[in-house]
Amino acid sequence: MGKYRDNPEAIASLVGDDCVHRDVYLDEELFELEQDYLFARTWNYLCHDSQIPDRGDYFTATIAGRPLMAVRHTDGSVRVMMNRCAHKGAKLAPEERGNTGKFFRCPYHAWTFRTDGSLLSIPFKKGYEGTRLNECRAAKGLVTIDNVRNYRGFIFVRISDEGPDFDEYFGPVITSLDNMVDRAPEGEIEVAGGCLRFMHDCNWKMFVENLNDTMHPMIVHESAAGTARELWKDQPEDAPKPMIIQQLLPFVNDYQFFDAGGVRVFDNGHSYDGEKVSIHSHYSGLPEYDRAMEAAYGPERAREILTTVRHNTVLYPTMTSKCAIQAIRVARPISANRTLIESWTFRLKGAPEELLQRTQTYSRLINSPFSVVGHDDLHCYEAIQAGLLASGNEWISLHRDFDPAELDEPERLDNGTSEISMRNQFRAWRKFMTDGASRGQ
Amino acid sequence: MSEHDTPSDEALVDFVYHEARLLDEKRYEEWSALFTEDGVYWIPLEHDQPDPEHHTSLVYDDRLLMQVRIGRMNSPRAFSLRPTVRGHHLLAQPRIERRDPEAGEYVLRTDFHYTEARGDEVLRYAATAYHHLSADGGELRMRMKRVNLLNCDANHPAVQLYL
Repeated sequence: MGKYRDNPEAIASLVGDDCVHRDVYLDEELFELEQDYLFARTWNYLCHDSQIPDRGDYFTATIAGRPLMAVRHTDGSVRVMMNRCAHKGAKLAPEERGNTGKFFRCPYHAWTFRTDGSLLSIPFKKGYEGTRLNECRAAKGLVTIDNVRNYRGFIFVRISDEGPDFDEYFGPVITSLDNMVDRAPEGEIEVAGGCLRFMHDCNWKMFVENLNDTMHPMIVHESAAGTARELWKDQPEDAPKPMIIQQLLPFVNDYQFFDAGGVRVFDNGHSYDGEKVSIHSHYSGLPEYDRAMEAAYGPERAREILTTVRHNTVLYPTMTSKCAIQAIRVARPISANRTLIESWTFRLKGAPEELLQRTQTYSRLINSPFSVVGHDDLHCYEAIQAGLLASGNEWISLHRDFDPAELDEPERLDNGTSEISMRNQFRAWRKFMTDGASRGQ
Repeated sequence: MSEHDTPSDEALVDFVYHEARLLDEKRYEEWSALFTEDGVYWIPLEHDQPDPEHHTSLVYDDRLLMQVRIGRMNSPRAFSLRPTVRGHHLLAQPRIERRDPEAGEYVLRTDFHYTEARGDEVLRYAATAYHHLSADGGELRMRMKRVNLLNCDANHPAVQLYL
């Protein structure tokens, strides 16, 4: 028995009202427990509906340490199941995505399974006559995930049979995804432009915490955005700014700007910043797009959609979105000190292609493994991962703008530079982790 | 264009070696001056990616973005570049793929191994570079440098310098 397994008190003691213990980032046992207590019992993003349009199309991902696959079944519905042959356990879907036809066929002994997971055939079946195969889990076919929600194209799963219902879990934060989809004049979006996959040698929480941390951009991104500002400083006020200049300059806005943007937190660890103003607020408009939006929604509603320019939304624990530029980043935790960050971009159906190019440009600047911005973030996460091994101070301060009243407010809007979003994430973490440990799952 | 202005095979090949050397010696101002005003540096995200417009790329820098990237590299607050990052190109013999003196356009293909060191960490990449050169008034410049990584569609850690 380790330090934290079956020990909810020890886990709870790691999260104070305004600080956390370093083990939440460093401890491999806690990381293992997170798989069952946190990731398996919460709703995590798997893939987008548009990535598996045709029957037999599949997409694979690892969530809560489990290899999963989403597949378009013959009846048109999306089914999610463990990517594990019911016989000896080989992964059935070999690639990240593909088309399996009408059934999955194991590469080892050719057991086949329908796209709803049911067992279709076993070669030379007479060998099982008189055995107890039918009483075994293998005979039931693949392990299916029953808690699947396709929310306007975003496919989420909750692996465990226990845990909150989807709508209850996300509550009002889901409006960030609504806003992204509503930005399409045709009311639908599709994955486009590929996926940037950036390996981070740090705990997943550092990436997620950083998304609403507005005290860092002007410091961490001075090297890139400060350079862009320097390059642009002699241009006349009304000179049209190239997209990269528009996207880079706001990173070095001052504290007052980010503070005024606000940060709103919700129950279960969710939050977004930039409700009032964000770094995405002032991109140059596209009259053709505005007209298409007005035609689709009417002027008032179109304006409402387009002036919602939230910066980052955290759909805790692993999905994050930028509705204003139709992009998401998904954390795929690998170990306590290793996390893969996937950046996906979307095409807004019915919108000019320039909007796809705008989000691709942003992703390339910020989220590429060859970026000019994200590298300095990653450097800081990795510096924390290494620095926390120091002794003499095992706690991380999250005191900025702490107000004891927030402990009793599941939803709350704070000034943008408050660290409330991080405290809020850890309160959710503590809730799920201690609850799981109490059940001794 | 006069015969005098047509670059020799040797001049084309030397250009490629020179370009890699400028990168390895971090002579980035000289390096970026090798590009035409509308020149671009491109690392596609996908194999056989047809264009940088309709698909995300790992890198797609025009001259302006090169200035930002190089300016950042010179900033004392480019934290990811500490400890000092060094790059090294090992080039195979560049081959001339296309020679069009009429249009003043030349394309070279060069296989190479790239190593990037940062403190105790080392990254290695196998890649093929395509240099799209133009000769204007006898001077060779890059209209595009395209780098096809063997594992462009894999996940990557932070790669810091131009390949």
